[in-house]
This record gives sequence, structure tokens and C-alpha cells, in this order.
Amino acid sequence: MAMKYNWDWSILLCRSPEADPIGAVEPTTPGSGSTEFGGGAGQTFDTGAECAQPYFEWIVSGLSWTVIVASAAWVITFSLGSVIGVSRTVENRTVRAIATAYVEIFRNVPLLLQMFIWFFVVPELLPEDAGRWIKRELPLPEYWTAIVCLGMYHASRTAEQVRAGIESIPRGQTHAGLAMGLTRTQVYRYVLLPVSYRIIIPPLTSDFMGIFKNSSVALTIGVMELTAQSRQIAEYTFNIFEVFTAATLCYMTVTLIVVTIMRFVEARVRIPGTIALGGD
Amino acid sequence: MIEIENVSKWYGDFQVLNHCSTAVDKGEVVVVCGPSGSGKSTLIKCVNGLEPFQEGKITVDGVSVGDKSTNLPRLRSQIGMLFQNFELFPHMTALENICLAQTKVLGREDDEAEERGMKLLERVDLVEHAAKHPAQLSGGQQQRVAIARALAMDPIAMLFDEPTSALDPEMINEVLDVMVELANEGMTMIVVTHEMGFARKVADRVVFMDEGRIEEDATKDDFFGTPRGDRAQLFLSKILEH
Ligand SMILES: Nc1ncnc2c1ncn2[C@@H]1O[C@H](COP(=O)(O)OP(=O)(O)OP(=O)(O)O)[C@@H](O)[C@H]1O
Ligand SMILES: [Mg+2]
Repeated sequence: MAMKYNWDWSILLCRSPEADPIGAVEPTTPGSGSTEFGGGAGQTFDTGAECAQPYFEWIVSGLSWTVIVASAAWVITFSLGSVIGVSRTVENRTVRAIATAYVEIFRNVPLLLQMFIWFFVVPELLPEDAGRWIKRELPLPEYWTAIVCLGMYHASRTAEQVRAGIESIPRGQTHAGLAMGLTRTQVYRYVLLPVSYRIIIPPLTSDFMGIFKNSSVALTIGVMELTAQSRQIAEYTFNIFEVFTAATLCYMTVTLIVVTIMRFVEARVRIPGTIALGGD
Repeated sequence: MIEIENVSKWYGDFQVLNHCSTAVDKGEVVVVCGPSGSGKSTLIKCVNGLEPFQEGKITVDGVSVGDKSTNLPRLRSQIGMLFQNFELFPHMTALENICLAQTKVLGREDDEAEERGMKLLERVDLVEHAAKHPAQLSGGQQQRVAIARALAMDPIAMLFDEPTSALDPEMINEVLDVMVELANEGMTMIVVTHEMGFARKVADRVVFMDEGRIEEDATKDDFFGTPRGDRAQLFLSKILEH
């Protein structure tokens, strides 16, 4: 089927109010759209630009939330993943078993289901006061939920990377550290972790990009991130091609920036005298 | 200073150490030799508690290693240990390797540790390599940094686990020379090695191990002079061939 489609990028262009809004499709209820979907207080970012139509702003707002949710989730992923990964390598069996259980549970339950559980089920399981606080008083509960859910889901993967990194270091290194009087904790802190983090930078990078992509799942509980905003714009304008192309480009740009930053980090911490480790 | 009494150790059903007993006096140099898998590494790792053992007793400077109440990190910080594969930390420079335990275990200030580190690097003739990472050093240089790292803790005794067996022949002597110097200065040393030249030069006693047992424990002269058990003779004739 040959398709004839009139690309119209003007809907996403941000123009000053005095510009002539030719060909613009006005949203049915200007302004209220952004209150209803783009969010009330605190949900839409003020981009500072003056636009005839809200769509550009919606994209920017969505992208900002994507970046914020993913970055915050990554902080949880990295810290929790490190703790769980280390726990899988310690001598204490109970600690190891708990860490293993964590990894198996969070890695094997679909992210979408986890999102629903955190949002709908967990507040009911908590003590009444805490549950009510989350539902009634916590500002932007869906955003917090998404951050915690994404962070804990991806922590299970990061934990596996950290564990693999530690286990790839010969036992002699631990022996050398202990033999000079370091405690086991110090051996992890000064020897095992600094070396393993360097080894696992490539898989950690893919994890980080995974969080970005998976943050779109948060739209199912009402987080107005990039994908959600794109869908909303598509519904208003029917310019599905432009909108989703723009969203795709946004995701790709962010990914590219992340990869570039990580390459830079990798080069900075590379151990002199060694060649680059790993690939993807 | 180091007493090993009736030590036995099992890995599952497999007995690695079988009623091992020996003692090392202050300032004594004891060379441990024996075929591969005879338990030499395991024995010296028991001395600083890197490997637990099920039976017997080991004391270092009066402190029982196997005791639950023993502060192992403290004890280990007084015993230097050298490994076949050097085990320098790859992400640190030579100097940083030497300073790590000085600051984190002994609580020395950074500049004090560095000063001590540079002195020791001078001693092993590596001052100009202080800022290099292990991967930028030859095996012999790495092992000498490792010796400096152990000496920085002012150890009362040192354990060597085949310190030269991973080295190219031309580098063996640069490491042995440092060890001979240490021995002559009166360092208490247990050295697992097949370098019989080193044993002849500085050892006070030679211990021969086979299948987890200490088969011979003799003064150097007795060990190399008078007739010994078959296994020890066979072993000696093999390693003296090359
Ligand atoms: N963690 C372990 N689990 C099970 N068996 C082990 C373990 N470590 C060592 N062994 C076994 O214990 C025996 C003694 O090992 P050890 O390393 O002490 O020998 P060695 O005399 O140092 O030998 P080499 O000259 O090869 O270094 C060997 O048969 C070895 O296979
Ligand atoms: Mg050995």
C-alpha cells in the first residue's frame, strides 16, 4: 500500500506568539489539556519559551520527566545493586541466600506487573497510616512509585554485574589484602570494588540505557514521561508520525549522550598499562 | 616465634595437611619444598590464618592463630606475605600499593607512609617506578614492589609462597638478592621455593613436604649432606637437574 502522508512538523515547533499560526491545529481546549494530562502543579516543566501550541512544551516536559525518573532510579539501582551484588559474594550463607532470592524475584517478574504491584498493591499492604499517606499526601505518588520500581527491578541486573565483576578477580588479590591486615570490608572497599566497577562499565552502561527505555512503562501508572506525552500529542493532533519520530529521536539522543559520558568515564579510570576491557 | 603443632586440615574428605609440626625461631630462615600439591601453600596460609585448619595449633609470637578471639587483621599486619603472582593491586601505582595498608591498617599519615614507601622503593632499587602501575612493570619489578609493600608494615616475620616461580629466569636473581639481604639482616622467614641455591645460601633449616606430611625437617647441612628418605632424594635429584 503506497502511503501518501503530509509531514507537518509545525505542530512541534515552538513559535513566538506574534508568529502567524498557519496550519496549526489548535488543541480543542487550549491550556486545559496540559492541566488535565500534562499534569497540574509540579508536573509540567516551564520551559520558559512562549509557544503558540503546547506540544513542544509537552515533549520537553515528557523528556525531562523521563530523565529525572530514570536518573533517580539509577541511583537506587547502582547503590542497591552494589549491596546485593556484594552480598552474593560474602561468606555468610544467610546473607547470600537473601541476596540470591532478591535477584531471582526481581529479575523474573515482568516489569509491568511489578509497576502495578508497587502502585496498587503495596500501599494496601503497608500499615494503614503509611498507605494512606502514600495515597493522599505524598506529592506525585506515581512518580515516586515508578522510581522505586524501576530502581529495584534494575538493581537485580546490576547486582549480577557486580557479582560477576568481583568473582572475576583472582582469589590471590583478596588473600594479599587480608594478609596485609585489611579487614574483609576494607578489601572490598579498596581492592575488589574499584577493580570490578572498572571491569563492568560496559554492562553497567547498557543497564543505564535499559532504565531509560523501561521508564516508558511508567506511563501505565500515569507518569507523564516522554512516551506518554507523545501519545497524548498524537491523540490531539493525529500527527502520529511526527510525534513518535520526535520521541524516538529524543530517546536516541539521550542514549547517545549516556554512551558518550560512559566512554569518557571508562577512559578516565582505565588502569595504565592495560588495554580496554570488555565490549558490550 | 612461629610454632606449628600437629596441624591437620581437610578439604571435604581430602586431607591436605596431616599432623604437621615444626617451629621457626626468631631470625631463622626455613625453606619449605616438596612436590606440587603436597600442601606447602596451604601450610603457610594457615600460619597467618588465610586458611582455617581443623586440628592442631599454630602460634605466632605467642598468639594462637586458630583462636576465635584472636584479632586476625592485627596479627596479619605483623606478618608479611609474598605470592607467586605478586598480587599487587592493579588500579594503584607502586607507591599507592605500598601506602594502602600503612594508612588503612596502621593509621599512618599519608606523607609519613609515602616517605616510608619511597625509602623502601629505593631499597629495592625502584624509585623511578614509584608512579607506575603494576601492568607497566616487569614481573621481577612487581615482586620487588610487593616485598617493599610487605616491609612497609615492619613485619616480625615474612612468608614467601614460591616468590620466583612465575618469573622469567633472568629476573629470578633480582628478587632472590633482596630476599638474601633480608635473611642476612635477621628477618624471620618461611620460604616455599624450589630454588635450592637460595636454600644453600641462607636457609637455616629445610622442610620437605609430601602428601600433606612433613617428611623431613633438618638443618641445611643435614638436608643436603646426609642420606634422606627416598621421596626427598627423588625430589631433590629432579629439581637439581635443572
Ligand atoms: N580450595 C581448595 N579446595 C579443595 N582442594 C584444594 C583447595 N586448595 C588446595 N587444594 C588441594 O590441596 C592440595 C595442596 O594444595 P597446595 O596449594 O597447598 O599445594 P602446594 O604444595 O602449594 O602445591 P604447588 O607446588 O602446586 O603450589 C592440592 O592437592 C590441592 O589440589
Ligand atoms: Mg603452592
